[in-house]
Amino acid sequence: MSNTSRLIELSGITKTYGPVTALKNVDFSCAAGTIHAILGENGAGKSTLMKLLAGVIVPTAGEIRLDGNAIHFAGPRDAADNGLVCMFQELSLMPNLTVGNNIVLSRPQSRFGFLCRSGYQEARACLDRIGAGKIALDCPVHELTLAERQLVEIAKALYQKPRLLILDEATSALGADAVEKVFSVVRELRDAGTCVLFISHRFHEVHSLADKISVFRNGSHVQTFAAGAVDHDGIVALMIGQSLEQLFPPPRKPIAESVAPLLSVRDMSWADELKDVNFDVRPGEIYGLGGLEGHGQQRVLEAVFGVLRGVSGRVEIGGKPFGRRTPFRSKSEEIGIAFIPEDRKTEGMIPSMSITDNMRLAGLGRDGLLTQDNQVREAHYKALLHRLDLVYGSLEDPVASLSGGNQQKVLLSKWLALNPRCILLLDPTRGIDVKTKAQIYQLLSDLAEAGMAIVLQSTDYEELVHLCDRVAVFYHGSIARELSGEMLTPTNLISAAMGLSGIAHATEAAA
Amino acid sequence: MTQSIKTLPRLSLSRYAIDPAIFLVATGCIVLLVIGGIVYPSFLSPGYLLQQLQIASFLGVIAAGATLVILLGYIDLSVPSAITAVAVLTTTVGGSSNPEIAVLAIPVGLVGGALIGLINGIGVAIFRLPSMVWTLAINSMLMGALVFFTGGFKPRGVTPPLSITLALDRTLGIPNAFLFWIAVILGVSLLLRRTIYGRYVFATGNSEKAVFLSGIRVRLVTVLTFVAAGVFTAIGAILLAGYANQAYQGMGDTYLMPVITAVVIGGTSILGGCGSYAGTVVGALFITLLSSILSVLQMPEAFRQIVFGAIILTMLLMRRFDRSNR
Amino acid sequence: MTFDSLRRNLRFLIPAVAFAVLFVIYINTHPRGFSTYVVTIWANQGALLVFAAFAQFFVVLVRGIDLSVGAMIALSNVVASYAIAGDGASLWFGILAVLGTGLACGFANGLVVALGRIPPIVATLATGAVYSGSALFLRPTPGGDVNSDLSDAMTYAIGPVPTSLVLIAAIVVVFAVMLRYTAFGLSLYGVGSSEHSAALTGISLIKTRIAAHALGGLCAGVAGFYISMVTLTGDAGIGPTYTLNSIAAIVLGGISLGGGIGGPFGVVVGALLLKTVAALMFFSGLPPLAQPFFEGLILALAITLGSLGLLRVRNRLKLFAQ
Repeated sequence: MSNTSRLIELSGITKTYGPVTALKNVDFSCAAGTIHAILGENGAGKSTLMKLLAGVIVPTAGEIRLDGNAIHFAGPRDAADNGLVCMFQELSLMPNLTVGNNIVLSRPQSRFGFLCRSGYQEARACLDRIGAGKIALDCPVHELTLAERQLVEIAKALYQKPRLLILDEATSALGADAVEKVFSVVRELRDAGTCVLFISHRFHEVHSLADKISVFRNGSHVQTFAAGAVDHDGIVALMIGQSLEQLFPPPRKPIAESVAPLLSVRDMSWADELKDVNFDVRPGEIYGLGGLEGHGQQRVLEAVFGVLRGVSGRVEIGGKPFGRRTPFRSKSEEIGIAFIPEDRKTEGMIPSMSITDNMRLAGLGRDGLLTQDNQVREAHYKALLHRLDLVYGSLEDPVASLSGGNQQKVLLSKWLALNPRCILLLDPTRGIDVKTKAQIYQLLSDLAEAGMAIVLQSTDYEELVHLCDRVAVFYHGSIARELSGEMLTPTNLISAAMGLSGIAHATEAAA
Repeated sequence: MTQSIKTLPRLSLSRYAIDPAIFLVATGCIVLLVIGGIVYPSFLSPGYLLQQLQIASFLGVIAAGATLVILLGYIDLSVPSAITAVAVLTTTVGGSSNPEIAVLAIPVGLVGGALIGLINGIGVAIFRLPSMVWTLAINSMLMGALVFFTGGFKPRGVTPPLSITLALDRTLGIPNAFLFWIAVILGVSLLLRRTIYGRYVFATGNSEKAVFLSGIRVRLVTVLTFVAAGVFTAIGAILLAGYANQAYQGMGDTYLMPVITAVVIGGTSILGGCGSYAGTVVGALFITLLSSILSVLQMPEAFRQIVFGAIILTMLLMRRFDRSNR
Repeated sequence: MTFDSLRRNLRFLIPAVAFAVLFVIYINTHPRGFSTYVVTIWANQGALLVFAAFAQFFVVLVRGIDLSVGAMIALSNVVASYAIAGDGASLWFGILAVLGTGLACGFANGLVVALGRIPPIVATLATGAVYSGSALFLRPTPGGDVNSDLSDAMTYAIGPVPTSLVLIAAIVVVFAVMLRYTAFGLSLYGVGSSEHSAALTGISLIKTRIAAHALGGLCAGVAGFYISMVTLTGDAGIGPTYTLNSIAAIVLGGISLGGGIGGPFGVVVGALLLKTVAALMFFSGLPPLAQPFFEGLILALAITLGSLGLLRVRNRLKLFAQ
């Protein structure tokens, strides 16, 4: 019986959301006692696959078999009862409940309706096991940092005693020590016969952990192979369907040091998330911001755009101080900053409104409250949509009917039509298909050539390495290192992000 | 497929298509008219219908403000006290023995309404208090303050002649109140469909966050909307004072429920961001006809409430299932 | 108490201190001073509001709002004025009928909100009209008959302690234990705290919502029952005041209208605080009709204090509702 080792099998799975197909006819299986890495670009369908397995969504077509028997999950609780547990990338903790209650509620053990004390003891043990001993069970989750929440999320998954454990970017906010501790627990689980599905963007994590690797691209399962069978470049090529050289525009000429900066940030501090941040961006430059999640790189851009209150330090635009910052003042003609927020769906767009209405939103009322249309800008919108090759049915359709990549194009057009001098982007290619990615990279490169100052925060190391002139790596709210030229490599980025300055110096010595 | 873009469409035309909610309520109005005509033939006489339009006008004007606030995703529960307060204010100023002051009755009433709206708006937009509780508190405070002011007695005063002309008189046989309402309908529809402010209102009701990040002064939009709502309430109050030729304690109390109901059954989402004043207009007509029929049928108050609640609930549920089917 | 738990319970401690101060002032200004009689009268009035506030509390906990609380109370009260006139078994059935009325109304609200997916504010506005109409139909003018022995037992004192205080204590203990130690109770907080996360954790949103409304309805039934004990009549017109005061009471007690924050002790403190303020004003010689002004003022102050925390929010994006 070949089926005995196959814990779970998917055959012919398709999942569509309205016009968007997230998974196309996927066949996939994984075996007990293995660590199986799932690789793919953002938007390749990994998260959709995990949600299917965790019972959060049901497939549009196809069959899921557990131990060889077809199965339908009524919900996450049902899947967990069958031993399929997911640690969600979008954290699933209820902020007003305590750590203990969050963990215990995922698998309530009760007697006469009352939750048992033993449940809390188990929860404590799970936290201790992954090295989160200092997180108190009676602490409300909203008081925890992002990294601590991730640990609680992992403990919560362990608490459910999974046969199949899905770790979806489980360690994106964790430092090096915490990651190692979690990995050793994951190996123990594997040795005890658990199947672990592991999604990560960090190749070195995949190399150190995975037994098997499956690559997804554009909602399809491309290939599965044993770890080590395909080298790094080969895997990247499988993931993006082309080589990196094709994905990124050719390098631009570096901007001379003597050019006066357009945007200068001096001694910026905010709450306990930013400490004395300093950097300059010159016109024509793409300045990258990297680091682990939650180390302040997003906050810097929000602070510059005027979203945060109580920011200390100075911001200068074109040599003039820019104080009392608000989004309204930032987009004004004399300042000219544009801002592409992190969460397209809730911050960037109004999903139920039409494409045109969304696109016009930032420009509306810029020339006074009575003049409705500005011919120049309308022409600009058209040119941008054409330039970005927007795929759509009608401009009257709600923007929610577009795919993620096309939504991002609308969002870019919305801001670029205002002719900004400086554009701030928060992870603009997250969850976007490869073709659109290449288009956005080309656009950013062209904008830089045309003299715009671009600040790009990204979680994608390749993007930072191949697109940016210089990259500031954040660690605990300040810039740990600024990398450029030869030093700008994925290895250096990762080690700086994890606070390991030693490795970076070693490479420096070698270079 | 990629289309080549010739011109960007002007403001979205899709929103002009008839909302199924409006269709449903309009059908409801016709059903009510048929029932009314069968039970009580003179129900369909032009005189009676014009009177209904006149009564609906007061509701409709007040509900214009509520529509704006609800489109923005908030709610204004201070309407009852605001109506009473403005009516008392207007008649008191109108009753001044100095004719130069008495002339100012209506402007003072409008400013009073705007002020109430401003207080509501500042609490909601600047201090970010939940609109439901804040406006409820304002409502109570106004109600109490009015008792201080009038000493608990029926306030003495004179209704300004203009408000009597607007509320009671007719031009070419058509009630002035209805003509005025038509002007309000045109004005508000233009405001919502053709101005930048209107775009802001719909966008803010959908996602305040996205609007803020688009560099729009959300707080200003919100405060302005509450002020506008206060002014519409004030206009309604001045008309009501003219209609009753007096102001009295509690004159606005019966208006809160019909105002919110008119807005909501007219297809405006209580969560904000989608809806229209046209829907509110049809909703106001429906509610006026419904209460008129219930009183023509000489139903006791108890049944009127039950039928009222049940019909609203049915319409909301029907719309729900209509939407999930699509 | 450690610093952490003090900080976490600030929302509840401030109204609790305010209540203690006002209660002392009230007793000292009362012409008859501190006595079981004075406290009993005060506690009976307070209990009415406590039960009404609980009716609102459970719905608000799951991020809803119930504008039909007053109507449910009025309907239960009217049913009580018919059903609990008898003795023995019929009396017990009567009490069950009163509580059942509240429960059924709440359950119906829950069905409309959770299954009909109509926003609670509109849904309960409509069902409230139906309930208050039904109450008015059953009893067009106040009146009715209530077993006076039961009423005496419920509204006098057990030794020096007013029965109503015992009732309040009992209900608080039951709810506190339920909210803290059962999966259902914690689910109420979970759903109010983050619907999305609760669903991912495997909590059924529909069942939890319906249960919250039903539980609120049951509390409204208790309130209606107790009103009949205090007033010995049924009155269909009491609704609107109770809806308003139930919201005011929970806001005062530190319960967040955004859902997921606040506890049963806060409900009690908020309700009793509101009642004490009203009683103080009664003795202060202010015109009774002007009372709404102070009720409104207190509500405004409470809500403003409650949102003072927002001033410390330094990321403006956090100010916007999700």
